[in-house]
Amino acid sequence: MSTLKVDQVSKLYRAASRGGGLTPALRQVSFELRQGEVISLIGESGSGKTTLGKVILRLVRPTSGTVTFDGADIAEYSPGGLRDYYRHVQGVFQDPFSSYNPIYRADRVFEMVREVYFRGVPRKEWNGKIEAALDAVALNPGDVLGKYPHQLSGGQQQRLLIARALLLDVKVLVADEIISMLDASTRVDVLNLLVKLKRAGLAVLFITHDLSLGNYVSDRTVILRHGAIVEMGETEKVFGNPQHDYTKMLLSAVPELHKKWQHTPLGPVAVSGNGRVAAADTIESIPNGRGVTALAHASLVEQLTHERPVVKRERRVFSGVFHGPRAASGSSAVALSLEPPALREFEPGHLVAETE
Amino acid sequence: MSVSVENLSVAYRSRRGDVTAVDNVSFALADGEIMGLAGESGSGKSTLGNALIYLDARMRQTGGKVTLDGRELPIADPKSMRPRRMTEVSLVPQYAMSALPPTRKIGKLTGDLLTSHRVPNQAEVLTEMRRRIELIGLREDVLGKYPFELSGGMRQRVTIILSTLLNPSLLVADEVTSALDVSTQRAVGEMLLEFRDRGYVKSVIAITHDLSILAQIADSITIMYAGRLAEKASTSTIVGNPLHPYTQALIASLPAVGVRYDQTMLTGIPGRPPSLANPPAGCRFRDRCPFAFDKCQQTPPFEEVKPGHYVACWKVSQEEQAG
Amino acid sequence: MSEPVSQAPEAPKTPEPLESQPSGAPIVGVPLGLAAGGTAIGRRRSDFLYYGLRNKKLVFGLSLELLLVLFAIIGPMIAKYPPLALTGAQLQHPGGTYWLGTNTLGNDLFSQLANGIRESYLVGLLGAASAAFVGMALGFTAGWRGGILDEVLQMITNIIVMIPALVLLIVISSYLNHPSVTFEGIFIGLTTWPWVARAVRAQTFSLRSREFVEIAKLSGKRPLAIIVQDIAPNMASYLFLVVILLFGSSMLLAASYDFLGLGPTGVVSLGTMMNQAQNEAALLYHEWWWFVPPGVVLTAMVAALLIANVGLDEVFNPKLREQ
Repeated sequence: MSTLKVDQVSKLYRAASRGGGLTPALRQVSFELRQGEVISLIGESGSGKTTLGKVILRLVRPTSGTVTFDGADIAEYSPGGLRDYYRHVQGVFQDPFSSYNPIYRADRVFEMVREVYFRGVPRKEWNGKIEAALDAVALNPGDVLGKYPHQLSGGQQQRLLIARALLLDVKVLVADEIISMLDASTRVDVLNLLVKLKRAGLAVLFITHDLSLGNYVSDRTVILRHGAIVEMGETEKVFGNPQHDYTKMLLSAVPELHKKWQHTPLGPVAVSGNGRVAAADTIESIPNGRGVTALAHASLVEQLTHERPVVKRERRVFSGVFHGPRAASGSSAVALSLEPPALREFEPGHLVAETE
Repeated sequence: MSVSVENLSVAYRSRRGDVTAVDNVSFALADGEIMGLAGESGSGKSTLGNALIYLDARMRQTGGKVTLDGRELPIADPKSMRPRRMTEVSLVPQYAMSALPPTRKIGKLTGDLLTSHRVPNQAEVLTEMRRRIELIGLREDVLGKYPFELSGGMRQRVTIILSTLLNPSLLVADEVTSALDVSTQRAVGEMLLEFRDRGYVKSVIAITHDLSILAQIADSITIMYAGRLAEKASTSTIVGNPLHPYTQALIASLPAVGVRYDQTMLTGIPGRPPSLANPPAGCRFRDRCPFAFDKCQQTPPFEEVKPGHYVACWKVSQEEQAG
Repeated sequence: MSEPVSQAPEAPKTPEPLESQPSGAPIVGVPLGLAAGGTAIGRRRSDFLYYGLRNKKLVFGLSLELLLVLFAIIGPMIAKYPPLALTGAQLQHPGGTYWLGTNTLGNDLFSQLANGIRESYLVGLLGAASAAFVGMALGFTAGWRGGILDEVLQMITNIIVMIPALVLLIVISSYLNHPSVTFEGIFIGLTTWPWVARAVRAQTFSLRSREFVEIAKLSGKRPLAIIVQDIAPNMASYLFLVVILLFGSSMLLAASYDFLGLGPTGVVSLGTMMNQAQNEAALLYHEWWWFVPPGVVLTAMVAALLIANVGLDEVFNPKLREQ
């Protein structure tokens, strides 16, 4: 039973501008992904979800923490070991067109796999493998082989990339926003394909910012904010009974077909480490003391979820300079500590972080 | 009627000849109505919306006319359109938030815009802008910032404020919520609603492929397919009781929170939209439609089958006639 | 190296789904990168041929250059006398026997010119090749790896930039008894590669974070293979232009060095011709057949390349095309 284990992974970036300071893209994230399981990694921009995907794919090195696959630390791989790793762990990204080198034909992605992994395999057998992979993703070989990327639709491009992963003996697929650039009618096909593959035993890390998609397809959900997990557990429990205010905020903002946005009060919410508190009864704290118009409510939610995190500096001497940029409109900064809030079990299969 | 589009056709030049992106489209918008214009890529919705405001050099109006507040809108004549932009009609183009000039502070940028449109009372307008910025929950110091200092959502909302600063009668918003986080989408959506409620803008055409957003902010929804209109009705009708097979398929393909694959399997639409360079005769959805029959080889008219509900589909027309 | 924390969906990527053929391209155009590999489409190759053959500058420049190359090949073969042979007839005007006349030593100037062109081309090639090789090797390495290696290479680049090549050449020449053409070519190469390295490094930086490079990495491809097969071809148009420019500047530089007397001995080149003409005050004595041809020909050689270069730029970068 293959397992991908992410253990206390952190990634810090040194910010080039705005007075130094480290930007924490990931803060001690830990979870486990098992065979036949789909985990949705949900977060907004700046949450670190894409970074985590890249860390798992070893395209980015974490600042600390480990990722183990079947017990082996992926950072310790030799070049040969890394190649082996990619046999089992693959990725598909957001922009299908960009994943192809535009000057070559689309099926070159298959050739690249062959050169490294299937050198000695005779042509006929290889072609058979390709056909099987294309069949698994419901693509007609005649439609897609021999074509240039621009001659294929986004859905075909994306499915071809999944087929490429299937050529190997892939056990874990990191799917980073793979359908956000596809049309509504093709999205569903790719989603259903993921479900089908999952049933055949594939483990999928489904990275998305779209909660409804995450809900549709996953068994477990991890909600990421400012690089730290705020809530995670079985999808039904997380979406059915959200505990963390951030999760509730996210869910309240999701546009639904048959239900208008609700304007339920936010409840007492402490969302940033520098003591800033916004609560339903203090919503008058919005400048100008406006009442709770829908717009005000939405703006507050947006602002609270988009504060840019900067790691708190311990040194008192320069505290004035280092406490991150002044909280200005739009790009306010919230000082965070490297230590994310602790996760506590709310109910079996449902973990919630303390408010930061 | 605030906006009236009659038999509008727009084509653009390509190496392979003229491509008709908008084919004989007619609809009307009432004062204060937010109409969603939905469709997939290649449907022509962007071309349609943009053509009403800014017909760029590659596009040509090949038929029909547009009326705004009773007067004809000369969309094919750039000279006449220029004074009307920002004042009577306005556009928030796709990728607008990436198109703000990076070396100009927002305040200066506004000044430039007002000057180029020869607005006489700039100081008053700037004061109004400050008021609106505060209205959407931002701080006034936004005016002193460069675009890169604002987050994507901020930029998008500032762009919308800029576009509606002079209270145009018609605002065309092209994919203003795409590529935004969910909370920002909501903030932008609520902003459009509020601005319409306060009269900062009279009517809005919101172009998007995301029906759920439209379900939140639009009064009516128009579905476009391969250059033609497929269906137009009030939001509740489109979402609750769509008649055109394409609309039905679209609605059936949307996941909702709380729905999982083991409860309800969603279905996509097989096939691809036809190429606009060489469109098939008759109904363009024919090849992908589960209900297609002989009559579909003729182009179905976009007609009112129920009060306020327009559909271009032979099957629907027949059923309505029978029932 | 700090990398942006916020990723999609706020990054300015196209939110519009990329299905089917391009319908109306976005009104607010996403700027095309210079390295045409950016958003180039696969039909590029036939596109290039099509536009290439129709671009006047390209055709003119290439034709002229081709003529000169032919002359460089055939000229020395049809010349009656070796370039350094003393014919005994000094300062003859151009005529039947001596097509371009002779100089003060009695050398046949036509032969000198023909051989000179050949020498200049050789040096040009050597210089361009060595500069391209070093510049690209360092540029790709620095761009791909980044980090400390990049810093070190950049430092080296800056040092080379600072060293005045002319002074260096004077110093070295004083130690060399018989500088050869090879020496001159390689010297030029080793002093002009910095701008190549910088440009290549910059392009590599931007290309290495593209998703198809990540897919290549995920396919177990080795870095060198990725650079050669994935990254470099996407810069092909740019690299091509770089080589052309290097070629032209190498020839000019070589001519300048020769003119100053720092060139290879025992060899006739356009620069040495001009040097001799200068030494013997040909201008003063109105011996136009001596000092005019080499200058004109050199100008033509370099100008033709540059004109072709401009034309090629237009072919690769659609936005520059006149249509």
